[in-house]
Amino acid sequence: MIRITRKIEFSAAHFYHNPNLSAEENHRVFGKCNNPRGHGHNYALEVTIAGEPDPTTGMVLDLKELKEILQREVMDRMDHRHLNYEVPELAGLIPTCENVATVIWKLLEPKITSGKLDRIRLYESPDLFVDCTAASTNGAGSQE
Amino acid sequence: MNLSLTRRYRFSASHRLDTPQFSEAENRRVYGKCNSPHGHGHNYALEVTVSGPVDSATGMIANLGELDPFVEQEVIGPFDHKYLNEEIAEFQSLVPTTENVCREIFRRLEKFPAARLERVRIEETSKNSFEIAREN
Repeated sequence: MIRITRKIEFSAAHFYHNPNLSAEENHRVFGKCNNPRGHGHNYALEVTIAGEPDPTTGMVLDLKELKEILQREVMDRMDHRHLNYEVPELAGLIPTCENVATVIWKLLEPKITSGKLDRIRLYESPDLFVDCTAASTNGAGSQE
Repeated sequence: MNLSLTRRYRFSASHRLDTPQFSEAENRRVYGKCNSPHGHGHNYALEVTVSGPVDSATGMIANLGELDPFVEQEVIGPFDHKYLNEEIAEFQSLVPTTENVCREIFRRLEKFPAARLERVRIEETSKNSFEIAREN
């Protein structure tokens, strides 16, 4: 099995606020991420597809196709947007790295028709990232 | 789908690779310049990976407001700008290779109460990295 990874970068704003908590609790739990005016990040997203290369093309998945999927599903939705207000899939969710990664996984998984979505790694900053991995694998080192 | 969160930290420390089980010549042969008598140092990068359910109230596996102070207290505070051989009790009798540093940091962080520690990865330099994952 071969894994191929494509990386994209997008920039977006967000803040963390749970309407079920008091203002004091929100501030205590979310700290400076609770600033209601929002703040932003340069996100980096690595998308890994696993599969066998097609015998004719030698490709697991045409990277042009993957690039178009990522443009349509992620960039058009999230790049230079406010994640609290402008992404319907995140409505009602606190746009943490965990939740944004989970939404991206759910958007991408059904669109990958050649090979399988194996992992996405979403960096909120160089020092913080979330991995979503296919349930059948244990990330690096899994069986062929 | 499995979900994990990884946070990256940094610390700078010195160490010396030397074991009393070897003669001076053997230490020199096995550890090379890492056996230099007064120690040497690295800028270590530490990646800490945790997993667990996403709390619906916070949207988080682990709140960095809890993870960061815990890692600071258990690892960064004790290790940063220290001589590992002499200032970390465990390395007074254990050679502080980055393999052993990985194990010791995993042992310390495994006590984190709010999520499950999955992996510790250390870059000793930009060319060498070491990692230890939970064995299931």
